[in-house]
Amino acid sequence: MKINSNTTSQSETSTVPYTLGDMEQGAACCIPVPHIEVENLSVAYQGKIVLEDVSLNINKGCITALIGPSGCGKTSLLSSLNRLTDLIPGSQMQGKVHIDGVDVRDPQLDVMTLRRKVGMIFQKPNPFPLSIRRNIEMPLREHGVKQRGELEARVTTALQDVGLWDEVRDRLDTPALSLSGGQQQRLCIARALALEPAILLMDEPCSALDPIASVVVEELIHSLRNRYTVVIVTHNLAQARRVANYAAFFWMTGRVGKLIEFGRCQSLFDSPSHDLTAAYVTGVSG
Amino acid sequence: MFKQPARYSDVMLTLLVWLATLLVVGLFAWLVGDLILHGYSKLNLAFLLDVPQNAGREGGIAPILVSTLLILAVALLATLPLGLATAVYLSEYTNGALANGIRMSLNILAGVPSIVFGLFGNALFCIWLGMGFSIWSGGLTLACMMLPLFISTTESGLSAVTNEWRHGAAALGLSHTAALWQVLLPAASPAITAGLMLSIGRALAETAALIFTSGYVDRMPTSLSDSGRALSVHIYDLSMNVTGGDASAYGSALVLIITLMVISGIAVGLTNRFLSQRITPS
Amino acid sequence: MIWSRHNTSSPLRADATLARVTGSLAMAVAVLLGLVILLLIRESWGMLVDGGWVRFFDSEGWYPQRGQFDLLPMLWATLAASLGALLIALPLGMMSAVFSRFYAPGWMVSSLRRVMMLLAGIPSVVYGLWGLTVLVPLIAQWEPPGASLLAAILILALMVLPTVALTSEAALAAVSPASLQGAAALGLSRKGIVLGVALPEARAGIMTGALLAALRALGETMAVLMVAGNVVQTPGSVFDSVRVLTANIALEMPYAIGDHRAALFATGLMLMLIVTLLSWLAGRREELAHV
Repeated sequence: MKINSNTTSQSETSTVPYTLGDMEQGAACCIPVPHIEVENLSVAYQGKIVLEDVSLNINKGCITALIGPSGCGKTSLLSSLNRLTDLIPGSQMQGKVHIDGVDVRDPQLDVMTLRRKVGMIFQKPNPFPLSIRRNIEMPLREHGVKQRGELEARVTTALQDVGLWDEVRDRLDTPALSLSGGQQQRLCIARALALEPAILLMDEPCSALDPIASVVVEELIHSLRNRYTVVIVTHNLAQARRVANYAAFFWMTGRVGKLIEFGRCQSLFDSPSHDLTAAYVTGVSG
Repeated sequence: MFKQPARYSDVMLTLLVWLATLLVVGLFAWLVGDLILHGYSKLNLAFLLDVPQNAGREGGIAPILVSTLLILAVALLATLPLGLATAVYLSEYTNGALANGIRMSLNILAGVPSIVFGLFGNALFCIWLGMGFSIWSGGLTLACMMLPLFISTTESGLSAVTNEWRHGAAALGLSHTAALWQVLLPAASPAITAGLMLSIGRALAETAALIFTSGYVDRMPTSLSDSGRALSVHIYDLSMNVTGGDASAYGSALVLIITLMVISGIAVGLTNRFLSQRITPS
Repeated sequence: MIWSRHNTSSPLRADATLARVTGSLAMAVAVLLGLVILLLIRESWGMLVDGGWVRFFDSEGWYPQRGQFDLLPMLWATLAASLGALLIALPLGMMSAVFSRFYAPGWMVSSLRRVMMLLAGIPSVVYGLWGLTVLVPLIAQWEPPGASLLAAILILALMVLPTVALTSEAALAAVSPASLQGAAALGLSRKGIVLGVALPEARAGIMTGALLAALRALGETMAVLMVAGNVVQTPGSVFDSVRVLTANIALEMPYAIGDHRAALFATGLMLMLIVTLLSWLAGRREELAHV
């Protein structure tokens, strides 16, 4: 079944078809324009609340880091942005999430298109057990790109973007699983980029990699600034400082994750308003 | 603290344990050795290609091999689609009431004696559905017996493939169907095939269920509605009902065992390949 | 603010079709068990209603042509054969598992397991063939006729041994290294560790294996049919020829009609109920073990 970039959801009634439209690639980050607006978001799994009452705006073209100890709901926040929480049985969402003004939870919304526009990179690299080429081509085909020429072009561009092209150009048809961890992660990023998303969600993308691979991936993330809106969960505070424009600090209060402070990365680290933030970023606690 | 002389009870247990194992291995060697001894003289191409003569005492087992293959083919025709579909269903709706009900009923079916399946197959396929003693009846009865094993191994193969790829595919905006078809099923295919091999192995070893459904006729079958004799049934007939049929029985048993060993070897090889595929170098 | 549930499947038509197709095929499989039970009941109806089933216990022997359906001798034979087999297979199987896990040199372990798996895969007719041509004459030399309860017990023991050995080995492998190391640190000898720590901790898994073995022994038809002699009598000694319930069905089905046929189906139903009970028990143990 072909799914073009402007496909609509299969609705029974004759309402106006709804899409996210073609989003502009991010503007320069120094002009803060909200891309994702989160308002009073709470997430619960099987009745247990993991994230409560989070409100923040992710700005276009900027890299926003979500920091804080494990279990504070950072991954849950990420998963609700592309409705990946749908896959978790018993998950419930409350509050509003708007991307470019469109409510992510609108029943008219085509979730497939949402997830194409909002790509996700996981902590553990998960390339499919297919060849390198097919890893990138297959999602493109499923989303309606059928022409040989265009497929080839997009595969090449994606691999060049992540710096893998030179390393794999003569073995595109070998299994993706034979790549090293760092290469696999970059392949996953390439795979997401090939779909031409506007937003990239990254859940601790470097934590499963060795230090050298980590550096390569981090540099790649840095290069994504201004072209994409990136939300990255990271435990590595130094990484957050290096890479992010904005930072959001989460903490567990009463067994529930809450957003403590949000602001420009520089000011959050150098002059945090909240005591907890200060304690965390100086390594005193957490 | 110097080395103590071994205590009596320690020595006893060690002895017992070694003896037990030696006994078990010895019995196994006796059985297999006996089989080979008495059966290998029959292992030649003529045996596999000739028709049985003199009630099976001489000649070969060609029609029986054909019948066995046909019965297996019918069984697979029914088992594969039903089994795959059910396993996919179970892995997608893991906790639904229907899913749990199916799992429980399959568990029970897995333990049902084969003679009971013989009764069931006879009543349902031979009589109710009027197929009589035929390869159809035998194959479909075998399918009922193979389903529990095949479904459970396929389901666990699919679950092992698991969330990383499932979530990864969803995050890329792929539908369930696309994810299944393009990623999950291919990734699970070694495990699925291994499960299939195991089920085939079980089917080939089956005798009691086939006696009452596909029958005894040892002529070459001309259609699927003909009665046909499976290899295991042939062994039974030769040893119980045909005096002097022992040599052929042993020969047939050896053919059966060798086939089963090859099949289980494939199953093990596939399982290992499946498992090693999961290990990603970092 | 309304909580919205987001654990439904994707809205695409392809996914909906998939759900429908797999769902309906799965339903077909779901009814299989029900179908089996239904058919068994239907075919055995004649013997079950109007107190007909009493004939299973108060008849004068098994003479189907005369309407006598005393099951008791065969019931005893079945129980004796299965229990005897378990009495032999359980200790032997457990000990070889203990050997494999705690005493065997490394290179032996995988070969042993492979031997067990091969044994587990040998068809029952082949066991029966060997029993008939080797075991029975051997027993006959000791005490005729040879085709006897003893032969059945020995063959069944050989058949369920791999099941016991493999599940016991898995259960022992699941014993936490922490327990074993703790025991060793306390200065326990190998025997002490095995008997005092490993076996008790693996008890649940071993019992499940025993239940599965019992299941297999009770349901076995061909091998027992071929070596037990098939005379309907309550066994007085292990050298008596006996007929077990499963073998009875196999022997008489080809020519049974009317009440006789119903009686055979009823035996099948009974076997099925016993097996279901045992399966359920084994399942419960697994659940409890994981709690």
